[in-house]
Amino acid sequence: MKKVGNHNSISRILKFSLALMLTFSIQLFAQDAVTPAPDAAATATPAPSATGDAAAGKALFNAQCAACHKLDAKMTGPALRGVGDKYEKEWLYKWIRNSADLIKSGDERANKVFNEFNKSPMTAFPQLSNADIDNIIAYTMEPVPAPAAVAAVPGGDQGSVQSGGISNEVILGALALVLAMLVVMLFLVNNVLTRIAKANGLEVAKSEKSLPIWKAFAKNQFLVLVTVIFFLLSSAYFVYGWFMQVGVDQGYEPIQPIHYSHRIHAGENGIDCKYCHSAARESKHSNIPSLNVCMNCHKNISEVAESTATPEYSKAFYDGEIQKLYDAVGWDKANQKYTGKTQPVKWVRIHNLPDLVYFNHAQHVTVGGIECQTCHGPVEEMEIMKQHSPLTMGWCINCHRETEVKLKDNEYYKKIHEELSKKYGVEKLTAAQMGGLECGKCHY
Amino acid sequence: MLFGLAVSVTSCFDSKSPNYQFFPNMYQSVGYETYAESDAFNGENQLKGQTAQVPPQGSIKRGFEIYDYENSTAGYELAKLNLKSPLDSISEKEAAKGKELYGIYCAICHGEQGNGKGKLVEREKFLGVPSYADRPVTEGSVFHVITYGLNSMGSHANQLSQHERWLVTDYVLQLKSKL
Repeated sequence: MKKVGNHNSISRILKFSLALMLTFSIQLFAQDAVTPAPDAAATATPAPSATGDAAAGKALFNAQCAACHKLDAKMTGPALRGVGDKYEKEWLYKWIRNSADLIKSGDERANKVFNEFNKSPMTAFPQLSNADIDNIIAYTMEPVPAPAAVAAVPGGDQGSVQSGGISNEVILGALALVLAMLVVMLFLVNNVLTRIAKANGLEVAKSEKSLPIWKAFAKNQFLVLVTVIFFLLSSAYFVYGWFMQVGVDQGYEPIQPIHYSHRIHAGENGIDCKYCHSAARESKHSNIPSLNVCMNCHKNISEVAESTATPEYSKAFYDGEIQKLYDAVGWDKANQKYTGKTQPVKWVRIHNLPDLVYFNHAQHVTVGGIECQTCHGPVEEMEIMKQHSPLTMGWCINCHRETEVKLKDNEYYKKIHEELSKKYGVEKLTAAQMGGLECGKCHY
Repeated sequence: MLFGLAVSVTSCFDSKSPNYQFFPNMYQSVGYETYAESDAFNGENQLKGQTAQVPPQGSIKRGFEIYDYENSTAGYELAKLNLKSPLDSISEKEAAKGKELYGIYCAICHGEQGNGKGKLVEREKFLGVPSYADRPVTEGSVFHVITYGLNSMGSHANQLSQHERWLVTDYVLQLKSKL
């Protein structure tokens, strides 16, 4: 027997060792991925411990003062960090208990503060004791917390999430590599076997040349006919599908001038849809809220909390979007004043019903009592707003056929409702049975 | 080939821009649309190129009643003393509406019970919202504050009509009496 081939070929050894390495590396990576998270959590120790006084002061501050004062920024009233250094305690006691009296008494400093802040009077707090006020002052005298300690926590979370993603990718990549290697090995084995066969003087059986498959196919007329029909039908299917989606904008999510997240506002914070879209209650159109509605809250909230940021959108990004609102509405954040320089925001309209159809929000929202989400989908989960429903006529009519009208407590139409019920022989009427399918209801 | 066809047809849809329409001139008529850009308004004293115009100065909305108290501390004090609700009796249905409106516009900060513990306060987005029990409010002052806002609270006059503001005022006082 002859010696054939090189069983110890370098390339094969290399490949085998690579495969071996990869199988181990998967486990290694998986371990790496798990380790960083607890490390990060361990380093993120809670903020510097506060004295008892300041902690009690913080609770009082948040409950009583925070409506008009922030620690580090002007609001309705001045920023309060370090206020204990600026004024002596006796003066502060008097001011907090009854600032109006102090101003009337002609106190110079009191009048200066009063005039600086648009002469808006401070609520009197006669219920606060000297000890309470001392606590609050202790809280305001705390140094600015170092931002590094806060930033470590979300960083750690992000790390673990990302490395989880990476390890998945690595595993998939390794599997693909292994598969490729198996194919190569198969090829090599085949080569070796044919070489052995040749060496042994065996002839590898060659398959007989038959008619090429396409010629055989062309000869069989029945098969050709069936295929042609199949092609025609399937292309008709796709053409029909394409024509049916013309004019339908389901899934339309344009880029808006200000990145407004419904997920944060309506979802996490649970603000009612109708707080901003108030006209939906009593008008044909649901309004795009004017910017003064935004400012109802954002006059106060000029930056998002650390916990609001997601891996996709950073805190700096969200703060930038709030700044865009301030630029548009002309709000000077530093001085807490409107500058009067405004510019319109060009929102992109998402839901465009054709002009040939009439739709009334108030009829559906107030009279019908239908939830906004029925048509607009889970808006409270949408980071970027998009059109959820197709807004086609079939979609409208389907809902009219299924929706039962609330007949209770509707004395005015009681007789008509009873007659209609008798006519259709049903207990509950649907919108369609009340004429919700008549052409003229929506098209005129 | 079929697959290629399917890909080429479906990949045309771009979610960032609107789709083709069959008869655009039936979809968009000549008249201008709410909130749309339009050349109809290009005159003097008009906001150019947009249909959302500011009403002419001095114009009054249909059904609007003049509110005499001015937006100042003095106006607040006067309203607190003198302003009385024009609604003498509120039906059950109207009371339910007041409660619903309070739920939409006020409860997010002031809390369902009016104790100053709404969802935004609990989540520390807004701080220092007082309980109604801690403030000497009257029906006049509540109406005044909803109309003009006070300190950190903004005006809610464009979301609530005058009648609705009185209904909410009534509900706020009910809550205060229960606290």
